[in-house]
Parts: sequence; C-alpha cells; structure tokens
Amino acid sequence: MTKTELAPKLKLFEVQAPDIAAKSQPGQFIMILAHKKSERIPITLAGYDRQKGTVSFVFNEVGKTTKELGLLGEGGTIKSITGPLGNPSEIKNFGNVLCVGGGVFIAPLLLQVKALRKAGNKVTTVIGARIKDLLIYEDELKALSDKFYVATDDGSKGYKGLDFLKEILEREHFDRCLTMGPVVMMKNVCEITSPLNIQTVVTLTSIMIDGMGMCGVCRVTVGGKMFFTCVDGPEFDGHQVDFEGLINRQRLFLPEERLSSVLWELGGCNCGRK
Amino acid sequence: MAENKPKPKVKKNEVQMPKQDPKVRGKNFDEVALGYTKEQVLEEANRCLQCVKPKCIPGCPVEIDIPAFVKLLREEKYAEAAAELKTKNALPAVCGRVCPQEEQCQKECIVGKIGDPVSVGRLERYLADWERERGFVISNKAPSTGKKIAVIGAGPAGLTVAAELAKLGHGVVIFESLHLPGGVLMYGIPEFRLPKSIVQAEVDYIKKLGVELREGYLIGRTHTIPELLNNDFDAVFIGTGAGLPKFMGIPGEELGGVYSASEFLIRVNLMKAYAFPEYDTPIRIGKHVVVIGGGNVAMDSARSALRLGAEEVCIVYRRSRDELPARAEEVENAEEEGIICKFLASPKRFIGGEKGWVKAMECICMELGPPDASGRRRPIPIKGSEFTMDTDTVIIAVGRTANPIIQRTTKGLEATKWGTIVTDENGKTSIDGVYAGGDIVTGEATVISAMGAGKKAARAIHKYLMKKK
Ligand SMILES: Cc1cc2nc3c(=O)[nH]c(=O)nc-3n(C[C@H](O)[C@H](O)[C@H](O)COP(=O)(O)OP(=O)(O)OC[C@H]3O[C@@H](n4cnc5c(N)ncnc54)[C@H](O)[C@@H]3O)c2cc1C
Ligand SMILES: Cc1cc2nc3c(=O)[nH]c(=O)nc-3n(C[C@H](O)[C@H](O)[C@H](O)COP(=O)(O)OP(=O)(O)OC[C@H]3O[C@@H](n4cnc5c(N)ncnc54)[C@H](O)[C@@H]3O)c2cc1C
Ligand code: FES
Repeated sequence: MTKTELAPKLKLFEVQAPDIAAKSQPGQFIMILAHKKSERIPITLAGYDRQKGTVSFVFNEVGKTTKELGLLGEGGTIKSITGPLGNPSEIKNFGNVLCVGGGVFIAPLLLQVKALRKAGNKVTTVIGARIKDLLIYEDELKALSDKFYVATDDGSKGYKGLDFLKEILEREHFDRCLTMGPVVMMKNVCEITSPLNIQTVVTLTSIMIDGMGMCGVCRVTVGGKMFFTCVDGPEFDGHQVDFEGLINRQRLFLPEERLSSVLWELGGCNCGRK
Repeated sequence: MAENKPKPKVKKNEVQMPKQDPKVRGKNFDEVALGYTKEQVLEEANRCLQCVKPKCIPGCPVEIDIPAFVKLLREEKYAEAAAELKTKNALPAVCGRVCPQEEQCQKECIVGKIGDPVSVGRLERYLADWERERGFVISNKAPSTGKKIAVIGAGPAGLTVAAELAKLGHGVVIFESLHLPGGVLMYGIPEFRLPKSIVQAEVDYIKKLGVELREGYLIGRTHTIPELLNNDFDAVFIGTGAGLPKFMGIPGEELGGVYSASEFLIRVNLMKAYAFPEYDTPIRIGKHVVVIGGGNVAMDSARSALRLGAEEVCIVYRRSRDELPARAEEVENAEEEGIICKFLASPKRFIGGEKGWVKAMECICMELGPPDASGRRRPIPIKGSEFTMDTDTVIIAVGRTANPIIQRTTKGLEATKWGTIVTDENGKTSIDGVYAGGDIVTGEATVISAMGAGKKAARAIHKYLMKKK
C-alpha cells in the first residue's frame, strides 16, 4: 500500500488488489473493512492499474473509521476490501458534458472525466470545495477539460458558491451533466439543471453495510420508487431523487457516530488499535 | 412388526435441556440452551428403540444413520459416534441447534407415538460439542483428482458441497462475498441461538479438509461465472442464498428506526453492534419495538431487540398463532422472555415524528379466509378496523428473496420470475458444469435442506467431473 496526503484530511491510498483492479470501471466503489472491529465503509474508486494490480481511492477523514484508516502507514494492510461494487458509469459519446465535482469526490470525478474525454466528449469541469486548501487535482483536471472552473464556499478561490453555473448553462448547450460530491451540492446542481431539462446523473452516498443488496439500509426513493443504492446505483437520474429523504437517512446514526469518534479521540475505546 | 411394539421400560418424557433463566437471558447474548450433561445425554439416548426399520432416517434431508450414532453414543463410544455423524453431516454442531427436528427426524419417531420423540437434535449437539472441544479428527481423503471446483457462497449449501468434494479428492475454492464465512449462520441467526465461535469452528474443520476460502469476492462483480469456467475451474456451484430483504411497499418505510430484519440482524450478528462502541457499527433500539412477521427471522429479531434493551417488544403477525411459521420451540422461548405476540393485524403505514424517526404505526385487523396457495388460511383485512400503535423501532421480517447479482451477470443461466435459479433434481442448471442449491434455488428454506441440496449437487458434480476428460 502507498499513501499520499493530498490536502488536510484528504488521503490517497493505492492498494494491491489485482482481482478488483482487473474488473474496475469508472463509477464503481469498494467496501472497506479496516480491521476486525471496524464498520464496513463504501469508497468510490479513484483509479485502478490493471498492470500493477492496484486500485486507488481518496477519502476524507470525517469520523472514526476514516480517521483510523488515515493512520495506516505505508505498507500497512486493510483487513478486507470487496469490489468492484455498483454499476459502472455509462460512458459514451454524449456530445457536450458538464462535470461538477465537490470535495473528496473530485478524485473519482477525474476518472470519469478521463473516460468521457476518451469516448469523444467535449467536457466542461467545475470543481468545488469549502475552502481553497481542500481543492484537489486542479492541474490534472484543467489539462484534461475543454473548459475548467473553480468554486469555493467561502470565495477563497474562484467563484463563490455554485450560482455561476446558471450563467454557464445560459451561454452553452450541454447534453448531459454528471455530478458527484456532498448531497447538498448535488441537490443544488439538480435544481439548476432541472428547469433546463439537462439530463443529470448523481452519485448517491447512502449509508451502507454490505454494499451488495443484502440489508436495504441504502434504500433511496427515486421517481417515487424504492431502490437500493448499492446494487441499483450508485448513479441515478438526479431529477428524480428524493434528496430530503436521502439527507435524513444519512443522518440517522449521527449521535452514535459522534460518540464513536469522540471516544476514539480520547483513546477510551478498547479496540486496541490506537 | 416388532419395532412397533415399544418396550415397556421406555420413559415417555424426553430429558429436558437446561436453559438460561428467561429473566437473565433476556439481557445477554449468551446461548440460551445449555446442552445436556453426560448423564442426561445417556438417559435420553437410552430412550431410542433401535428400530429395525427406522422411521427417523428418511426424515433427515442428509440421511444421517441416527440409530447407529445413538447406539455408539450410549455405549459411550463418543469419538466413533461423532465420526458416524460426520460421514453424513459436515456441520453437526449447527444442525443440532437450529434444525426443525420436530418436522423431520423426530416427526415419525416411534417413541413419539407414546410420548415425546427421542431428542435427536440434542444428542447430535452433544456429540458435536464433545468432538469440537477435543479437536477435530480429519477423515481419510481420497487421492487428488486434479479437478478444481469453484463454490460461490459460504452458507450451509456451499460449505456442504465444498466438504463433500474435498473428501472425494477434488480441489475446492469457496468465494464468499462477505468478510466472514457461514452465510445466514454467521450474519442472520443470533449468537444466543448459535454462537459464532461454533460456526467458525465448523468452517475451520472444512478448511482442514483442504478447502480454500476467499472472502470479499462478490461473484458477478469480482469474477463472473464464465471467467471462472474459462480460467481455473472445471465446475461451479452456486449457493448464494436468499439474502435480499423484502419491504412492504407501504408509506413510511424510509423513516429512521425502520429496519429490514436483514439490516438489523447483520448489524447485530455480523458487525457485532451489540458491543458498540467497542465494535464500530452502531444500532439504535427504542423503547417500544414492533417486529412484523411470524417466522424464525421475526422471532430472532424480537429476541435480539429485547437483549439490546427494549422495554417492550411486540410481534405483529397477520395470521393467527396456528399459522406461525416459526419453530414452536422458538415461539415458546420468545414468549417466556416476555415478548408479546399480536395476531391478525398488519401495518398500513408508518408515521414519522421528530428528525424523521418513526413514532407510530397504523395497522388494520385481519380475519382468516379460505386457504391460499401455501395451504395456510389467507388473511383478509377487516374494513374500518384500523388502529394506531406507538412505536419507535420497527423491524420488518416479511421474507427475503434470491440474491440477484449472479442471475443478472450470467448469460444463459435460467431463473424463475421470483429470481431463483432453475435446476434439475440434482442441482444442474441450464449451463453445463454449473450447479446450484440451497435458498437460491428453493427460496427461503432451512439449513438442513440447503445442506441436503449441497450433498446431491456434490454427487452430481463428482459424476460430471469423472466423466469429463
Ligand atoms: C457509494 C459511496 C461512495 C463513497 N465514496 C467516498 C469516497 O470516495 N471518499 C470518501 O471520503 N467518502 C466516500 N463515501 C462516504 C464514506 O463512506 C463515509 O464518509 C464513511 O463511511 C464515514 O465513516 P466514518 O466512520 O469515518 O465516519 P462516521 O462518523 O461514521 O460518519 C460521518 C458521516 O459519514 C456518513 N457515513 C457513516 N457511515 C456510513 C456508511 N457505513 N456508509 C456510508 N456513509 C456513511 C454519514 O452520513 C455520516 O454523517 C462514500 C459513500 C458511499 C455510499
Ligand atoms: C434470521 C434467520 C433465522 C433462521 N433460523 C433458522 C433455523 O432456526 N433453522 C433453520 O433450519 N433455518 C433457519 N433459517 C434459514 C436458513 O438459515 C437458510 O435456509 C440457510 O442458511 C440457507 O443456506 P444457503 O447456503 O442456501 O444460503 P445462505 O446461508 O444465505 O448463504 C449464502 C452465502 O452466499 C454469499 N453470497 C451471496 N451472493 C454471493 C455472490 N454473488 N458471490 C459470493 N458470495 C455470495 C452470502 O454472503 C452468504 O454467505 C434462518 C434464516 C434467517 C435469516
Ligand atoms: S448496503 Fe446493504 S443493501 Fe445496499
């Protein structure tokens, strides 16, 4: 395993998993179990190298599991990785595509932009983060995209907020929009593209346990029907998604997650890891 | 008909199995049934009549020679008795605990005609535990055939196929999608009914037979069946089970506090949420828990919820007590622990409260009409009988359907409209060299029927491989 710190709390891991690398495609994810007592967490693939037999992913240290994972050193091992899971992204020549990525999801977006370009699309990329220090893969995406924009929540770099998307969409016709990032961001993008009838694909990040259809915790409502994000998604038609429901379900275990994280930081948990 | 004439000295009543006190056990995850002592097991074994034409053997889906092992047991030849069991059943410690013996071997037991049938399951359990505690003896294996089989899924069906084929000298690799083997035995049936260390030990025995286990391999994604057949393997067995949870399609199922039984049990068993925060996966249980359904899964969910600290646990079932599909013993255990059963009612919608959590459930009363396709009387809603129950946790245990990933990713594999895989009576599917068995073929059934299917398929696979050049 190799490890790179891309930005504060944003880490890139490249791990040996030849069987997973051999089958990975853009849009898919893996389930990680860091150690015996961990949660299983889903992380989107940010890259794969079939020759080397590795997959790579970028994660944000937000809670106990991801913070623990972040402590793993070079050459460390993860107890179990399963994948690739979920349906691969639809990649073909759509024409003119708008890609909007936020936060840690800029990493998997890079994989998608590469694939879309290869399929012959014209690509406009927008990346955003809370503050400028958290922007990743700026140079790579700029070089790959026909047009490239940056936005931050606080305006410390590029545009402030996403409202400028409206202007871009007024100036230019897009055949498809692809967005991955925090749910609120994807929801905002959908609200902008929906009146313009631009087909918009979102990557949903429901809570998951098994990641292969066995528990139903990842259920989401899309177009009034129930779907399991892990096996029916993770990509869905953004204009049909019930975002409020998704946000509610993502927060279900917030008190327990906080407790877990605080206890761990105090060193009070006896998992024997810290 | 000498065997029909019970010898007068046979005791009518079975020897009761010691159990944890219901008041104590309702608060812990330790095993409820404690197992026989040596004296008890010998007393129970002595109730067997050693029939010349035993009725118990045909009742056993894996055809264990019950009188033979019971005879060895009462002669106190424990190792030989355990070995006799193992020739037919690779997972006796599991089966001794969870098989519905009352529907199988014990159903036709001659002693049962005059009193309680011989408690075959408890004798099996005793021997399996005796053997495990002393370390397994590996039976003689046939010389290597050079053939290789991929088994998909490490549930009872897959484990049985693997054990049988390994004993015949074939190379076997099991691909399991989860990070632990055992299937429902590991992620579904709770610790207090089937300790996970026992499942692990039985899996270790199968590994000692030379079976290789690869965890974290979701077949259909990591590898597909055609890839397995093209690369290393001469045959494939699919034992992926019925793991997909059913919901009811009523309003409010997306609310917090509404769990599928699968989610609830996976959190508790596989991820050990009962030991949160030592283990990282959380579970939240309210005060008033409602479990919907009437099968073993509903009983297991209700009893787990109680152990996680619920004040009140109520099972809501749409038919009446007589139709409960759960094992009688488990219903009795649940009621002893204080679980309430509400019959002839079904939920219509879940009502949300603060922060998107469930706060109440609207139900409708039912009455029983004529029997339906399953042979049980069909519940019919009574107009205008709606009522509301307060609840803060709902567990939906209304059934599970076939895992769909393999069927979706394997061209030419015939499946039914319910998603189960079509096979002939020996487990052969529509693709040459590909076999299937267990819940993935029958839909939700039992551990032992999955094992029975595994045995049959193993025989058929062996024949197929020996013919193939
Ligand atoms: C399909 C998918 C792809 C994802 N890809 C990435 C990625 O590429 N990089 C990345 O950093 N994060 C990704 N996530 C989110 C990531 O899984 C969570 O950040 C992680 O589980 C948090 O775990 P924790 O214990 O560190 O934090 P916690 O303290 O447990 O939770 C922090 C937040 O993470 C979310 N979360 C918690 N548990 C889970 C869970 N089991 N499944 C999903 N979300 C959960 C919750 O909404 C919670 O508010 C993805 C999620 C999904 C569903
Ligand atoms: C809560 C509960 C309680 C029960 N209680 C009893 C009882 O008391 N007595 C009884 O006899 N029966 C009971 N049953 C039923 C019994 O457990 C099942 O009938 C039996 O386990 C079926 O065995 P199987 O091998 O077909 O499938 P499973 O046990 O479901 O195992 C299938 C395995 O395949 C894996 N898998 C699935 N898809 C893939 C894939 N694509 N690639 C790789 N691996 C995959 C799964 O992770 C799983 O480990 C109960 C079931 C439940 C859920
Ligand atoms: S994560 Fe369990 S069904 Fe999707």
